Amino acid sequence: MVSIWFFIGVSLLVNGALILGAGSYQLFDPPANPSVALFYLHANVWWGAVLLICGVFYCVRFAPKRT
Amino acid sequence: MRPLVGTHAAARLVHLSAVDVVIVVFYFALVLSIGWYLKGRAKTGEDFFMAGREMTAWVAGLSFLSANLGALELMGWAGSAYQYGIMATNAYWIGAIPAMLFLALVMMPFYYISKTHSVPGYLKLRFGEPSRALSAVCFAFMTVLMSGVNMFAMAKVMQIVLGWDINFSIWVSSLTVAIYVTLGGLRSAIFNEVLQFFLIWAGSLLIPILGLYEAGGWGNLKVLIAHRVSEQYVHIWAGVGSFSNNPMGINWVGVVFGLGAVISMGYWTTDFLVVQRILSAKDIRSAEMAPIIGAAFKMMVPVIVILPGLLGLAVLPEKLVPESIAASVGAHSYNDVLPLMLARYCGPGLLGLGITALIAGFMSGMAGNVSAFTTVWTYDIYHPLINSKGSDQHYVSMGRWTTVVGVLISVGTAYLVMQFASIMDYVQALFSFFIAPLFGTVVLGMLWKRTTGPAGFWGLLCGTLCSIGMWAWVKVDPSALRYVALSPHAKGLAQDYFQALWSCLVCVLVTVGVSLATKPMPDSELTGLVYGLTKVPEVGHVPLHQKPLFWAAVVSVAFVALNLIFW
Repeated sequence: MVSIWFFIGVSLLVNGALILGAGSYQLFDPPANPSVALFYLHANVWWGAVLLICGVFYCVRFAPKRT
Repeated sequence: MRPLVGTHAAARLVHLSAVDVVIVVFYFALVLSIGWYLKGRAKTGEDFFMAGREMTAWVAGLSFLSANLGALELMGWAGSAYQYGIMATNAYWIGAIPAMLFLALVMMPFYYISKTHSVPGYLKLRFGEPSRALSAVCFAFMTVLMSGVNMFAMAKVMQIVLGWDINFSIWVSSLTVAIYVTLGGLRSAIFNEVLQFFLIWAGSLLIPILGLYEAGGWGNLKVLIAHRVSEQYVHIWAGVGSFSNNPMGINWVGVVFGLGAVISMGYWTTDFLVVQRILSAKDIRSAEMAPIIGAAFKMMVPVIVILPGLLGLAVLPEKLVPESIAASVGAHSYNDVLPLMLARYCGPGLLGLGITALIAGFMSGMAGNVSAFTTVWTYDIYHPLINSKGSDQHYVSMGRWTTVVGVLISVGTAYLVMQFASIMDYVQALFSFFIAPLFGTVVLGMLWKRTTGPAGFWGLLCGTLCSIGMWAWVKVDPSALRYVALSPHAKGLAQDYFQALWSCLVCVLVTVGVSLATKPMPDSELTGLVYGLTKVPEVGHVPLHQKPLFWAAVVSVAFVALNLIFW
């Protein structure tokens, strides 16, 4: 049976990739008037990366063939 | 529970970009996929209603916590933190941790060993059919109404936050919940609750991280709050010596005995919605560990709920106001603080994840209530009172159809609440009438073998009627709160705490009195149901770190330490 943790991994991986992608786009093409506070910290880049890494770990660790 | 949404229309708080919409759509696709995948593993009654009783401690524990961690609660308590300060943390610490540990170490063995399908099922085994029928009818009624309230609240929040049409939100969310719970049963609901847990942390944790950075750290945050509002807002216990010394208008008796000893015990140990998740554990050790795991993470939830509310006090440029006047003065209400903080810090992608976390919270709340309703209806009302000779497949089929009907009733309730907003308050009050006396009944049943069948019924009934009576009295004459809460300085929340305390006390006194006046039950009928007549399997020679008692002690030490740190 596919583990719940694999589904968690898929969720984190996809969301992390989307957020990292959006953050990277803004890093190279920043908006003229950022609508969020602390924009210069580029939180979506590093937080997206954290989620992506966690997602990859869960997907690999709890892949259906391994469990 | 505080009212969350009013009836006013307001400009939307946030605007979703394309990537945000993709994230939201992906969530819906994932939960439906999980439900579809699990339909093949929901063929028997045990699978559909109890997830096969094969959940690990971690899955059962996170699900147990998430079943309570709905968006209604997240936004409501963040708003309470903005309104009352750090005292709102009591809902997550003294209002949960002792009860969860009590459930794990004292009550769970009796629930698990009795092999009951539900809390009303335990009452039937212990006290007989009348107690089961009373609790099952009350519980079934409450859960399906709460599901509808959740549904309406979500639709209203999505309208305010995103500008979505209310009908769209109601029907999309209810159809999604109906599909994945009908297909996969409790296992599907549990899987999605664990998913929700991760989404909530992934979507919300950035707010306190960036907020503390902006505020200059915790120490500076306290200074800002003290300057902007009051120093009372940054103390949990220092001001509860009297009603007038703290923003909540409550004293320590209400907090410790009303909230800590009765309301939280009643909810965390007898509300079938959360207990059902523990009953699905694979063995008794997992069933004992699951609430302890839940308690450990529950202690951390203030980071993503209370802290954003406090940060809102310090960093938001506008002042938030009570829900009742927000529309008339053109301001945002306390309950908007979490979406406002999301909008403040979360750009494209992050915002979508935060909104998804809120949607997931609402939908898990609906799914949890619907799955609990389905189980109570099928096993505690339909099976004993209508058709006791059906096959297992018949009851599974009944469960699937009940899920659909339950969702439709919830939709009807949501539309009813839309017309009559005060119904929401009544539904929430209904829940509070029942849960505190139920705790008294269940705990006496588990710990005192002299408690008799008639006593279980009459104690529960009298405690519930007492709670209704006090609520109606204060509703008709608000000044009566001074008698219920024993002080002229008591405010709204004090009513909840003291009403619970008195109703539980009445339940206990009536139960004891009727027990002493009626014939004791023979030991043969109580085996496996009550302390002293239940053989709890020994954990055996396992390392210390594998014993539930050890981890309960660790959580207890952390609980005490946190309360001292934030005194």
